[in-house]
Amino acid sequence: MQQTQTAQISAVTTDVNVVVQAVLAMALGLFIVGVVGFSHISAVHNAAHDTRHANAFPCH
Amino acid sequence: MSVFRSIVFSAALAGVITGAAITGAQMVGTIPLIQKSEVYERKAEAPAAVAPTDATQPAHTHDHGAAAHSHEAEWEPAEGFQRNAFTTGANILTAIGFALLLAGIFALRGRTVSWREGLFWGLGGFVVFTAAPGLGLPPELPGMPVADLSLRQTWWVSTACATAAGLGLLVFRKASWAAILGLGLIVLPHLIGAPQAPAGHTDVPEALSHSFVVAATLTSLLFWALLGVLTSIAFQRISRT
Repeated sequence: MQQTQTAQISAVTTDVNVVVQAVLAMALGLFIVGVVGFSHISAVHNAAHDTRHANAFPCH
Repeated sequence: MSVFRSIVFSAALAGVITGAAITGAQMVGTIPLIQKSEVYERKAEAPAAVAPTDATQPAHTHDHGAAAHSHEAEWEPAEGFQRNAFTTGANILTAIGFALLLAGIFALRGRTVSWREGLFWGLGGFVVFTAAPGLGLPPELPGMPVADLSLRQTWWVSTACATAAGLGLLVFRKASWAAILGLGLIVLPHLIGAPQAPAGHTDVPEALSHSFVVAATLTSLLFWALLGVLTSIAFQRISRT
């Protein structure tokens, strides 16, 4: 039962379940980039300073 | 394994390797230029009242910005190892974040994405997140005059979104309207224009900021190429198990 379910998931690309999981992962990724690159909190800014400049994220 | 876990594991793996590698590239590329520029920034910031060699004053190594930035007590990493460690950490987190985006797309493709295809997705990321926003807001060294931060961030994010949508239409829709709309979306943010810095004086030499634009753009190209390839390989392997 479990196996047939997994097989179905990997076979059917438009499976809602896959889409939900992929979109959740992408949202998590954007959240991480947002905090590292765009947070206005001064300590976060100072810690990631050189990375922000090197990535050309808008900085101070 | 669940799709979410496959995405997270492959993004973490690709992100750690890419983040570490790109820190190495930055050590020789962008970081020496940032440090040179901070010498000018500090000179410009040090008012006559503060003697620069005063031993009782903690050294303000990369305190930035001319306007409204007299943050004396704010935490910042100590020069040297600590600063580099935080830069490495921030690079790895950024790489993991973008790798989650890439692996999410690979999962949605619903078929195996080869490393070459991954490379092109990475180059797409370069266009969306570096080239397009960089046209209006080129990589800046510390100490350059800049426009309001929130305005620039808004323009940056909007440009990245419009460029991603435009590229997507160009690549995945065959109709002529899609090509026209796609190109339009890519051009639009630049017609609106990035927030411009107020005319201001900077001591940072033109040659230095030009070298920085080149160094930052090239390290970013390397970052995206590597991230695209590694994420596709990792996702291929991990999602198969």
